[in-house]
Amino acid sequence: MLKITKYVIYDILRSRVMIAYTAFLLLVSLSLFSLENDSQKSLISLMSVEMIIVPLVSIVFPTTYLYNAGEFIEMLLAQPISRRSILLGEYAGVAVSMLLSFAAGVGIPVMVYAPTATGMVIFISGISLSLVFISMAFLSAVSTSDKAKGIGIALLLWFYFAVIYDGLLLGILFSFSEYPLEKTVILLASLNPIDLGRILILLKMDISALMGLTGAVYKKFFGTGLGTAYSIGMMSAWIILPLLAALGIFRKKNL
Amino acid sequence: MYCRLAILLILSTLSCSAKVSVVCMNCMQKDIQQAVNTAMPGDTILIKPGTYPCVNLQINKPLSVIGEGYPVLDGQEKDEVVSVLSDNVLISGLGIRNSARGAMKDYAGIRVFKSQQVTIINCMMENTFFGIYLSDSKNITVRGNHSRGANYGKSDTGNGIHLWKCQGVKIENNHIEGHRDGIYFEFAGRCLINNNLCEKNFRYGLHFMFSDNDTYTGNTFSDNGTGVAVMYSKGVQMIGNYFTDNRGDASYGLLLKDMSNGVISRNTFSRNTIAVTMEGSNRMHFEKNNLISNGYALKITASCQQDTIVMNNFSGNTFDVGTNGTLNDNYLNRNYWDKYTGYDLNRDNIGDIPYQPVSLYSVIIEQMPFAVILLRSLTVELMDRAEKSIPSLVPETIQDKSPLMKMILQ
Amino acid sequence: MIRIENIEKSFGRLRVLQGVSAAFEPGEVVAVIGPNGSGKTTLIKTILGMVVADKGSVLFDGKNIAGDFSYRAKIGYMPQAGRYPENMKMGQVFLMMKDIRGIKSGFTDEDLINEYGLGEMSGKMMRTLSGGTTQKVSAALAFLFNPPVLILDEPTAGLDPLAAEILKEKIQKEKNAGKLIIVTSHIMSEVEEIAGKIMYLEEGRIRFYQSVHSIKTRAGEEKLGKAIAQIMRNNRHA
Repeated sequence: MLKITKYVIYDILRSRVMIAYTAFLLLVSLSLFSLENDSQKSLISLMSVEMIIVPLVSIVFPTTYLYNAGEFIEMLLAQPISRRSILLGEYAGVAVSMLLSFAAGVGIPVMVYAPTATGMVIFISGISLSLVFISMAFLSAVSTSDKAKGIGIALLLWFYFAVIYDGLLLGILFSFSEYPLEKTVILLASLNPIDLGRILILLKMDISALMGLTGAVYKKFFGTGLGTAYSIGMMSAWIILPLLAALGIFRKKNL
Repeated sequence: MYCRLAILLILSTLSCSAKVSVVCMNCMQKDIQQAVNTAMPGDTILIKPGTYPCVNLQINKPLSVIGEGYPVLDGQEKDEVVSVLSDNVLISGLGIRNSARGAMKDYAGIRVFKSQQVTIINCMMENTFFGIYLSDSKNITVRGNHSRGANYGKSDTGNGIHLWKCQGVKIENNHIEGHRDGIYFEFAGRCLINNNLCEKNFRYGLHFMFSDNDTYTGNTFSDNGTGVAVMYSKGVQMIGNYFTDNRGDASYGLLLKDMSNGVISRNTFSRNTIAVTMEGSNRMHFEKNNLISNGYALKITASCQQDTIVMNNFSGNTFDVGTNGTLNDNYLNRNYWDKYTGYDLNRDNIGDIPYQPVSLYSVIIEQMPFAVILLRSLTVELMDRAEKSIPSLVPETIQDKSPLMKMILQ
Repeated sequence: MIRIENIEKSFGRLRVLQGVSAAFEPGEVVAVIGPNGSGKTTLIKTILGMVVADKGSVLFDGKNIAGDFSYRAKIGYMPQAGRYPENMKMGQVFLMMKDIRGIKSGFTDEDLINEYGLGEMSGKMMRTLSGGTTQKVSAALAFLFNPPVLILDEPTAGLDPLAAEILKEKIQKEKNAGKLIIVTSHIMSEVEEIAGKIMYLEEGRIRFYQSVHSIKTRAGEEKLGKAIAQIMRNNRHA
C-alpha cells in the first residue's frame, strides 16, 4: 500500500493541475494578506475561499485522477496486491499530495501573517474538508465506470453541500421558526461537513456575535469538551464513511 | 447681636478644630464609635493599623475619619459597617469588611444618608453587600476606592456604588468588581463619573435610571455580565469611555433605552456581543466613536427618532447595523464602514455611492435567531449579494449617503 | 495449472459468460478467439481477478482465487491498451513495478526491454510516448518477472510488424521453457503461428477448445482461418 502511495504522490505532485491549485491558493492567500492590513479581515475572505474552492478541487481533481488512472489501477490489479491496498494506497497518495498543496498554499501564509487561534482553526478545517471531499471523490469515482457520470456526481455532491444544503436548512428554519430548534439545527448543520468546518471557525472568529441569545446555545454546545468530541467525531465520520463505502464497492467492482 | 454670636461660635469651632484623637489596638482608645461619640464637630479621628470590630459605626457629626496604613473595620456580617449621617464628613484610607447581607435591607460598607459635602477616598471595600451607598445626599465625592463584591461567582451581592436621589456627586478613579451592578444610579442628577473601572460585575457595569444631566468620561466597562444599561434619562454625556468584552446572552456595551438629548462621543466599543443598542431614544448624538470587532455594532429600533450617527468607525464587526424598522427619521452620515465596497472617483475621501449597513441576513436573523448558524456560508453571502443589487427586504432608507473611505483617527 | 469451472458473468442484462469451463496446462500457448463481445477479455480478466464472476470458480494450482491476490505473483499480464502515471519517466515505471512486486533488478527477464531498445528511452515521460511504445512497455512488463503464466490481451494490436515479430519469438521461447501463455487475438495468421490450442468463444460460451492440429484435421482445411470458418458453418447447420 505504501509503495503505491509513494508513486501516486510522486505522480500527482508533478501534475499541472496540482501545481496550478497550489499556485492559486498561494496567490489568493498572499494577495488577501498583503492587500488588507487587518489580518482578521483577510482570514474572513480566506475562509470563504476555503469553504468553496477547497471542497470543489478536493472532489473534482481526485475523481478525474482516478478515472485517468483507471488502466493503471487495472495494471496494479494484475499484480499480487489486494484491492484494499490499492484503493487505500491511492487515497493516501492523493490525500497527502493535496494536503501538501493546501499546506503550501494556505498553511504557510497563515502561519506567517496570522498565526492566531482563528488562523489555526481555518487551517485545520481546511485540512479536514480536503480529506472529506477526497473521500467523496473516491466514492463517486468507484460508483460508476462512466467518467462523465462520475464527475457529474462529484460536482453534484459539491453543489449540494456548498450551496443547496444551507438553502434547505434556511428553509427549514423559516418553516419551523416558532419551535425551539437549537438541537435540531446543531444536528442538521453537522450533517454537512462544510457547515461543520465553518461553525468551528465561527466559534473563534465571530465569538462576540455568537455569544448573543441563540448563538450562545451553539457556543455552549460546540465550546464544551463533548461538543469538540462530537465535532471531531462527525468530521472523522465524514472522512471515513465515504471511504469505507468506496472500498466496499471497489472490492466487488469489475474493471 | 446674632451676628456676633455667630462669629463667636465659628471662632470657638476653629480653636478646637486642631484636635486629633487617635484610635489604635493598644491605646486607651480602642473603640471607634466611642471616639466618635466623644469627639467635637470638626475633629479628626486617626485610626492606626489593625482590625477593629465595627458594627454600624455612626458618624453623626462633621468629622474626618482617617485610616493610617489601612486599618480594617470589620462589620462581622451583622449590620452596615459605617453610616454617615452628617454633613462635612471625610472618610479616608479605611479597609471596610464583612457587612451583613440580606434581601430585606440593603446593607452597605459605607452608607451616606441625607448628608452633604461628604468625601470618601481611598477606601477598600471587601465582602460588603453594597460597597458605597449614597441616598438623599448632595455634593458627595467618592474617589480612588476599590470595592470587590462579595461572593464571586454568585449573584447575591449588591451594587458597588449605589446612588439614590442624589445631586452633584463626583465619582472618580474607583475600581469596582464582582458586584451585581458596578455603579447604580437612580434619580441622581448633575453627577460626574470619571475614570472608573467597572469589571466582572454580574449584571451591569453601569446601571442608570431616571438620572438627568450626568457626565461620564474615561470610564472602562469591561467583561460585565449583561453589559451597561442607561435608561430613562435626559441630557447624559458619555465621552471617551471604553466598553469592552461585554459578552453574553443579552449583553451590550451600552444599552440606551428611552434616553433623550444625550451625547455619546469618542467612546471605544470592542468585542461586545452588541456594542450599542438604542431603544426609544431620541435626539441622541452618536459621533466619533470606534466600534470594533463586535457581534453587532449598533442595534437601533424603529422607536428611535432624530438621532444623529456621524463620524464613527465601524470595523471588524460581524454585523454593522441591525434594526426592526426603517429608521426614517435618523441621520446616518459620514461614518467609516470597513465593509463598504464602493469607490471614490474624485478622491475626496467620501464614497461615491451610499452604503447600506443593514444586511439581508441580519434582517433574517432578527426574525429567526437560530439562523445565526449559517453565518458566513456561501448561501448567505449569495443572498446578501443578490439583495444588494435588487433590494427587496432590507429598508432602503437606512443608508450612509457619504461613507468615508478611510478610518477616522480619533 | 489453471482450471475454470462453470463461470457465469453478467453486466446488467448482458450475459457475457454463460457457464464457461476449461483447463490450461503449462507448456501451452492457448489462443482465445471469437467475435467482438464474445467474452474474451472478460474471461481473462476473470482469471486475473479483475472481474468477479457471478457463479463458478477459478482454480490456480488447485486453489480458488476468490479473495486471494498472491497467486497473481505468478502471472504476467499485458493489457490491450496500457496506461501509466503520466508524470513518471519510463525508467521509473519499471522501477516502480519491480518495487511493487518486490523483485530486485538482476532477477528479472529484460529480453524485451533490450530488444525494443527501451533502455535508451528510460528518461522519457510516459505521457510523451506513442501508443506503440507504450505497448512495448506493457509487453516488457508482462515478461519482466519471469512468471510461469502469461496473459496477453491482443498483444500485437498496437505494435509495428518488427515489434510484433520480436514478441512472437519471445512467446515461442517462453512456451518452450514450459510456461502457460494465454493470448487473445483477432488475427488468424498470428494465432496459427503461435498457438497450440484454440478456445473459440461465442456469446459467452465455448464453441470449441481444441489443438490447432485437430481443428485442421477435423475441418479438412490447411489454413486455420478457413478451418474455423468451416467448423462454425457445420456447427450452425447441426
